[in-house]
Amino acid sequence: MTEQSIIDIRGVHKSFGRVEALKGIDLTIREGEFFSLLGPSGCGKTTLLRMIAGFDEPTSGVVMIGGQSMAGIPANKRPTNMVFQSYAIFPHLSVSDNVGYGLAKKKMSRAEKAEEVNNALAMVDLEGYGERSAHELSGGQRQRVALARALVMKPRVVLLDEPLSALDKKLREQMQVELRALQQSVGITFILVTHDQEEALIMSDRIAVLFEGEIAQLDSPQRLYRQPINQRVASFIGVMNFLEATAEASSGGDLSLTIPALGSVSMHAAQVPEGTDVAAIAQIGMRPEMLTILFDETDKAACESTGEVVGTSYYGDMTYYSVKLSKAEQPVTVSMRNTAGRSIVPPGTAVRLGWGADSIVLFPS
Amino acid sequence: MLSREGRQGLTLISPPLLYALLMLAAPLAMVVTFSFWSQNYLDLDTTITLKNYRDAWTKPIYRVLIMRSLNISIMVTIVTVLLAFPMAYFLSFRVKRHKALWLFLITIPFWTSYLLRVFLWKVILGYNGVLNSALMGLGLIDEPMTFILYNVNAVVITLAHAWAPFAILPIFVALERIDRSLLEAAEDLGDGPVRRFFRVTLPLAMPGVMAATLIVLIPTVGDFITPKLVGGREGLMISNMIQIQFGKANNAPLGAALAITSMVIVASISLVIYMAGRWFRGRTP
Ligand SMILES: Nc1ncnc2c1ncn2[C@@H]1O[C@H](COP(=O)(O)OP(=O)(O)OP(=O)(O)O)[C@@H](O)[C@H]1O
Ligand SMILES: [Mg+2]
Repeated sequence: MTEQSIIDIRGVHKSFGRVEALKGIDLTIREGEFFSLLGPSGCGKTTLLRMIAGFDEPTSGVVMIGGQSMAGIPANKRPTNMVFQSYAIFPHLSVSDNVGYGLAKKKMSRAEKAEEVNNALAMVDLEGYGERSAHELSGGQRQRVALARALVMKPRVVLLDEPLSALDKKLREQMQVELRALQQSVGITFILVTHDQEEALIMSDRIAVLFEGEIAQLDSPQRLYRQPINQRVASFIGVMNFLEATAEASSGGDLSLTIPALGSVSMHAAQVPEGTDVAAIAQIGMRPEMLTILFDETDKAACESTGEVVGTSYYGDMTYYSVKLSKAEQPVTVSMRNTAGRSIVPPGTAVRLGWGADSIVLFPS
Repeated sequence: MLSREGRQGLTLISPPLLYALLMLAAPLAMVVTFSFWSQNYLDLDTTITLKNYRDAWTKPIYRVLIMRSLNISIMVTIVTVLLAFPMAYFLSFRVKRHKALWLFLITIPFWTSYLLRVFLWKVILGYNGVLNSALMGLGLIDEPMTFILYNVNAVVITLAHAWAPFAILPIFVALERIDRSLLEAAEDLGDGPVRRFFRVTLPLAMPGVMAATLIVLIPTVGDFITPKLVGGREGLMISNMIQIQFGKANNAPLGAALAITSMVIVASISLVIYMAGRWFRGRTP
């Protein structure tokens, strides 16, 4: 991955009649990165992707690919290729002919084309499937054919619109890893549209979170998870407990936080994001895995509170506890790894809750 | 023994099956039987003979009529399908709203009887008809065109108009069934509109085109009203001859043999078209 940009989107608006699907998107996507557009249904992800592909024109603003404006350039002349949500495998063609479809116009001998097709099929682990017809393939295999068909064109950007959403969970998880590995080996820029936050976190170099046609936050998966810009992003990416809090600046840039539900804590200057408006802080966020139930007498934590278990959800490897704190009405969610020999604590049990300042996210009012 | 489902199915289809047997198979069997008999003035001679078929296949008059019927119906089919395709395409790809209304509009010509529509074509195409008067009025021609009525052209025009909806509908349905993302995929992979049409749209619409072809071709071979009304002498078709044999000429066995002959020919042509369609679909571009 380089720092060089491959796609520049400047001030893009898109309206469908009265519906404003995109409200001013500014975005730079770097050469060779795995970029995800993440957002809830109807936020405009597909619209943005189709505009990059050339199936739609922006109402205003420009889409540039490789430094060139794409205004008026149709999809068949753009250096992008798409993997459709429905895969769009041509039903009247064999797997080979599907993969080789885009090569028809290229100046290559028949043998060279066949070679390219075979290479592409090998890349997606479908050697020997060339003669099959489209309806003799499973969902996962169709997905691979669609990918091979895009990759064989050697595009500068591969666009994927929810390519894994039609697959079952197991296969989807496997394909997420494979797709990521494939992208890294070919080094082509991938832009993935998804509404599955886990998928975006697993696969991407960077993620743009879209809400109602606007980019809410653009960051690496880790930063997005650890430093969500607002409560909405925080609760869209995973689970987050929100608690009322006030903050005061103390010596050396440290922050002294007062959280009525939990207690008081001092936050190290290094953990306070730059440009934080201390006076405006009204809420803090804590991820479930940053709270711990102290099962044994001997367990210690930086800070401790007490509460009562009011509900449990068992996930096999994890258990999510709903814990009502002694000092607050709203229960918090706590996740605990299910280690050997520990049984699930039933609702009604009084517990000690451990927490610390290093994992707290600050939100202004 | 039939399974429960099998029996249920049989019960369900038996009324139409009975009807079909009575109204289709029985008359057909009769016609086939007739064709092996012969007419002896007022009596039927029921000794089996191939004489009728010999006549049907060797006498020039019948061969001319059969060939002309085939020519006309093939022309009608080509013209109809070629005109129907753009209509169906427009309906399926360009009309965004009120598709049902457009389909409804296509059926409007059927609100009048077929005979009336044929007469209307006479009015339009006639010597002093609408077309000739209009063109003369505009000064585009000096005297009325005579090659447009009472000949093969008139039969083709009239039949093509009459059968257009039957060709539009199956093609429309086939086009509607094409997943639009396939067209986008073709474009995405470098095809312009023309290449895309021939590589994706047309092959996928082929079942509809085949259906339209057969739906138009098969009945038009046997049409006898249109040639009688607008065909003149040189527009007469084999069915007119069959009608004459069963009627005025009082030679039902020969009429039956002619009918069976044209049926066999149409069936073989249909089969060839069907196979060609399958081959086209299976072929890789
Ligand atoms: N062709 C269109 N005509 C009218 N409105 C449209 C059209 N395409 C999209 N929209 C509207 O634009 C908005 C964004 O749609 P888009 O398909 O980009 O959402 P999305 O983020 O891809 O959602 P999903 O996750 O459900 O696919 C929606 O409100 C949608 O109704
Ligand atoms: Mg979408």
